[in-house]
Amino acid sequence: MSDTDTGTTPVITEEQQLAELAAAASTAPIEGGLREYWHTYLQRVRAGDLGSLPAVGGLVLLVIIFSLAQSSFWSLGNFGNLITQAAPITLLAMGLVFVLLLGEIDLAAGTTSGVGAATTAVFVYNGMNWVLAVILSLAVGFVIGYFVGFMRAIVRVPSFVVTLALFLALQGVVLWLVNSVHASGNIPLKSSVLNALEQSNMPLWLGWFMGILLLAGYLAVKLYDRHARRSRDLPAEPLLITGLKAGAMAVFILVPIGLLSQDRSLNKNPTVQNVNGKLVQVPHKSLEGVPWVVPLVVVLVIVLGFVLSRTRYGRHIYAVGGNDEAARRAGIRVEAVRISVFVIGSMMAIVSGIVLASRLSVNSAEGGGNTLLLAVGAAVIGGTSLFGGKGKITDAVIGAMLLAVIANGMADLIQGDNSAAIQFIVTGGVLLLAATVDALSRRRAGSTGV
Amino acid sequence: MADTPILRMRGINKSFGPVHVLKDVDFDARVGEVTALVGDNGAGKSTLVKCIGGSYPIDSGTYEYDGHPVVVHSPRDAGALGIEIVYQDLALCDNLDVVQNMYLGREQVKGIMLDEGSMEVSAKEVLESLRVRTIASVRQRVSSLSGGQRQTVAIAKSVLWNRQLVILDEPTAALGVAQTAQVLDLVRRLADQGLAVVLISHNMNDVMQVADKITVLYLGQIAATVNRADVNQTQVVELITSGRSGDIGLKNGAGAAA
Repeated sequence: MSDTDTGTTPVITEEQQLAELAAAASTAPIEGGLREYWHTYLQRVRAGDLGSLPAVGGLVLLVIIFSLAQSSFWSLGNFGNLITQAAPITLLAMGLVFVLLLGEIDLAAGTTSGVGAATTAVFVYNGMNWVLAVILSLAVGFVIGYFVGFMRAIVRVPSFVVTLALFLALQGVVLWLVNSVHASGNIPLKSSVLNALEQSNMPLWLGWFMGILLLAGYLAVKLYDRHARRSRDLPAEPLLITGLKAGAMAVFILVPIGLLSQDRSLNKNPTVQNVNGKLVQVPHKSLEGVPWVVPLVVVLVIVLGFVLSRTRYGRHIYAVGGNDEAARRAGIRVEAVRISVFVIGSMMAIVSGIVLASRLSVNSAEGGGNTLLLAVGAAVIGGTSLFGGKGKITDAVIGAMLLAVIANGMADLIQGDNSAAIQFIVTGGVLLLAATVDALSRRRAGSTGV
Repeated sequence: MADTPILRMRGINKSFGPVHVLKDVDFDARVGEVTALVGDNGAGKSTLVKCIGGSYPIDSGTYEYDGHPVVVHSPRDAGALGIEIVYQDLALCDNLDVVQNMYLGREQVKGIMLDEGSMEVSAKEVLESLRVRTIASVRQRVSSLSGGQRQTVAIAKSVLWNRQLVILDEPTAALGVAQTAQVLDLVRRLADQGLAVVLISHNMNDVMQVADKITVLYLGQIAATVNRADVNQTQVVELITSGRSGDIGLKNGAGAAA
């Protein structure tokens, strides 16, 4: 009965076009060499799938501009500062990627991180063991996230409103916590372990060991994937491409470690100190090594990245973000997924708050609106869509680096009474720019189908 | 085997308040056959499908699946029996690829890790078994697919999940000529692979091309269930518009007769 031919005799060019579109919209490695990869990449960019291109491009551009404008920007000491400045924003943005993947927003993430800083500092101040203090603070984050998720998924109040309300309320909570210790509005974080996160560095050998471990792990995962696909006769990434990517990773991992392994203290002369009433010449103590916060960020990037890209739960997050009705019909518990992303977002905010407190002492204005804006900006600038369904954990890292460069570069470049004002304006502008790129590339991708 | 219908509904009644939408409806679907369900707007096609799919409870009548009387309370129950309904809005995730969509909610895992390789292989096998050549890569995002290709993915999903009865709601309504031909071809192959297919369509050309049996609903009653080979298009159109055609159809609206 099916004697009617389906008319599948298209012109060759049309078939080629379809194959090119398929390659550009592919989520798995395609066959071919460098040329094919480059061609497909160009097609993707042209179709509006920019990925982290704007962020990486912007990063390079800004580094060049700031380096030319001021010599101090391109110094080792400043490089170390950049890392520790970017760390809390990165951690906050990593949690926000989960929330943004569902097309939701958590305006309270910044103040939640303030709560994390305050609770940890208060617990430790009152003599609690730092491990217990961190666990309890994370539990507070869980409760906050669950509350937001419940209000959004079950009560169905838009997340914008729920988190705006919490943004205000949690500011009050932070104030309360800080005042409970010091009416002055400042609590020191009295834990040498937690302070070490942002203020101490790994031994040099450990830094290098971590770098080589990361590189070996990256290669092992790549080769395992390749083997898994090859053994099933599926197209796998060509070795040349894998090699190039590994080379890029090597540069990306080892060069910063190399830079951080130099002594980056400004004053390399011996100093004179007052020891027991006598003036003693103390030999120069060198400031070198990878800050301890880096392994924390790296481990969380790996764990959360694994969850998003290789587990059922991660797949369900993308599905709910892409089309929640389709996800529901496929039997996914959409409400549970929705609640869970807010829980992850809030708990990451707490982690970010602890790191923030480790850098400075905790004050009552901790984690205000600016921190949040920076974190949302970091995720979006890195390539995570505000419309849901598109984004990666590494977006947060790249975006946060870019914002840290902006903040760091401008703080020195623009001096005077209005320097803070200009920073606010520029940061706001960058966030708007990133959101605009997101909206435009989405429109373009919608019309080309990639 | 073809004598015992996999779906056998007898004397189905369904009312919404005072409106009697389905009146003593008998409906069968058989393995290896395409049963077309046709009727004018408001004849009760959608209601019948929603009763089969568990979205609406039936007021009275018997619902037998695979020879056993069953009670279907929800779409989940229907899914558990092996019934798949492909609605017009296809419910695919644009941001996921073909394999990810076909396995959505039933991902295969090795430990806690997704087993992407084996999912990709079996998705390919299913598409090959249906002789689908229109999808260039099973790893392309659904956003890059045309309407016909999307329909293909949605239909192929039911084969992958080992459904026995697939109900297609207007699968060609939004498609061009070439794509319609592809989807109809696929419908035919589903039946040839041993599934029972119910095709709801307004397009008489589609129906005459692929159906084995045609069931005509007229104002909530079954006007007739006929073999495709025994009728021509004019007769079917008459059945749809007036409930009878020559000897077949309703006798002055007094009940079903074959």
